[in-house]
Amino acid sequence: MAPGSTTERAVVVGAGLAALRGAEAMREAGFTGALAIVGAEPYRPYDRPPLSKHVLIGETRPDATTLPSSLGADVDWHLGSSAERLDRGSRTLHLADGRALPYDRLLIATGTRARPWPNPHEGRLAGVFTLRGRDDAAALRAALAAGPRRVLVIGGGFIGCEVASACRQLGLPVTLVEPSPTPLARVLGGTVGAFIGAIHAGRGVDLRCGSEVEWLEEAEGRFVRAHLTDGTRIEADVAVIALGAVRNTEWLDGSGLSADPGGVDCDAAGYVLDTDGQPDPRIAAAGDVARFPHPLYGGRRVALEHWSQAVAQGIHAGRLLAGANPEGPYGALPTFWSAQGDVVVKSVGLTEGADALAITLGEPGSGRFVAVYGQAGRCIAAVAVDSARWLPAHADLVAAGAPFPPDGAATDRPSKGIMVLAPGFP
Amino acid sequence: MSTPADASSGSPPGLRVCVDLNLCQAYAQCCYAAPRHFRIEGHEALFYDPAPAAQDRADIERARVACPVQAIRVEDPGQAS
Repeated sequence: MAPGSTTERAVVVGAGLAALRGAEAMREAGFTGALAIVGAEPYRPYDRPPLSKHVLIGETRPDATTLPSSLGADVDWHLGSSAERLDRGSRTLHLADGRALPYDRLLIATGTRARPWPNPHEGRLAGVFTLRGRDDAAALRAALAAGPRRVLVIGGGFIGCEVASACRQLGLPVTLVEPSPTPLARVLGGTVGAFIGAIHAGRGVDLRCGSEVEWLEEAEGRFVRAHLTDGTRIEADVAVIALGAVRNTEWLDGSGLSADPGGVDCDAAGYVLDTDGQPDPRIAAAGDVARFPHPLYGGRRVALEHWSQAVAQGIHAGRLLAGANPEGPYGALPTFWSAQGDVVVKSVGLTEGADALAITLGEPGSGRFVAVYGQAGRCIAAVAVDSARWLPAHADLVAAGAPFPPDGAATDRPSKGIMVLAPGFP
Repeated sequence: MSTPADASSGSPPGLRVCVDLNLCQAYAQCCYAAPRHFRIEGHEALFYDPAPAAQDRADIERARVACPVQAIRVEDPGQAS
């Protein structure tokens, strides 16, 4: 059956950004068959970035973040019911509410969920929150608006830093506990992490790096204090668990597809692979859940939790499933941003494997700078702190794999020389 | 910032706005075009209203076309295309 046939049935599993842009791309590429979108949450696709920023400080309502869309009324929405099982033999998706959806084309975009606190009882205490969905953000916003004595943020990644910044914007005392020597150490390395940590410390975040929370104490079912492994206690009314995300792939167990908690595997074109490594030409994946070989990084398999990746890969996968010839292997340059209070951190490329770091612009101590990450003499990534307009020139260096340290390009240091440092990855 | 139209109040359906903040470089043209819906915080952090009321569509459209990097996407359910 031709992909454009009106009798074809397409099912999109997931109802986030990648799912929405994928469904739109299928329609725009001429797919005129039946189109169903399945979402575990009861909401139309919404934008997540505001949830850890202006929703928490009360400037944006959680339900105001519904995404703009070009989809029309010819979409069958199955919201509030998650995918439970995929039967590729009969080409049927089974939902948790018992419904069964037949498909000819399937887009997997089930994304991730917040990694829970390892102790389930402590994780369920009143005052303990994770942050991933709209309901999570609404609940945390209510807790912050109630004026807690102190907020404890567990985990110093991007979400942890954004939540801590929101607390300071609200004037709330906040402690951030991170086992690494600096915030953002895993993604940006300890050198840039220390520069950004200094900005947060200067704004009143109580940073406890190199520390770990051992357990959460309760009184009458409410979280009241945290105990660190070094014996320190932190008195707080709210704890935010910001330990990263887990990919939603359990529903693929038994499907014969190659999937695990790290994602579902795709080939270079975007088709999902079975456990024998063969692509299923009816199934593609996009967004946080898709693990694919990135052509810019030697075909290393990556699953990227980036907003821009959800958009670009969603569009790519939608076109692929609609039978529109994709331009080639999917390989958009990874880009990322994080607004931490009014500080903007943007990146291009992937820092993993970096062996050197060059400050090409600005001064880290001033809070505005650009850092380029090098590996084996090539530029592999760049990070800009409150210096976004300089990033596109650096993106060109990264996309081209230009020699590192960059010489003369996109730098304000012709006389100072480029400062080369160790990136400080663990 | 205006208060987004409440879907349950019977007012006309509001707009939906999303800015690609990877593209955004804080040229702030949207802030001049629609100051009640877009503002820059700090050096370059754009804050915008994702759900403006329908009567503000002219301002939002002005902001959308003014963006030098075309980062603003708008859906206007009340404006049949």
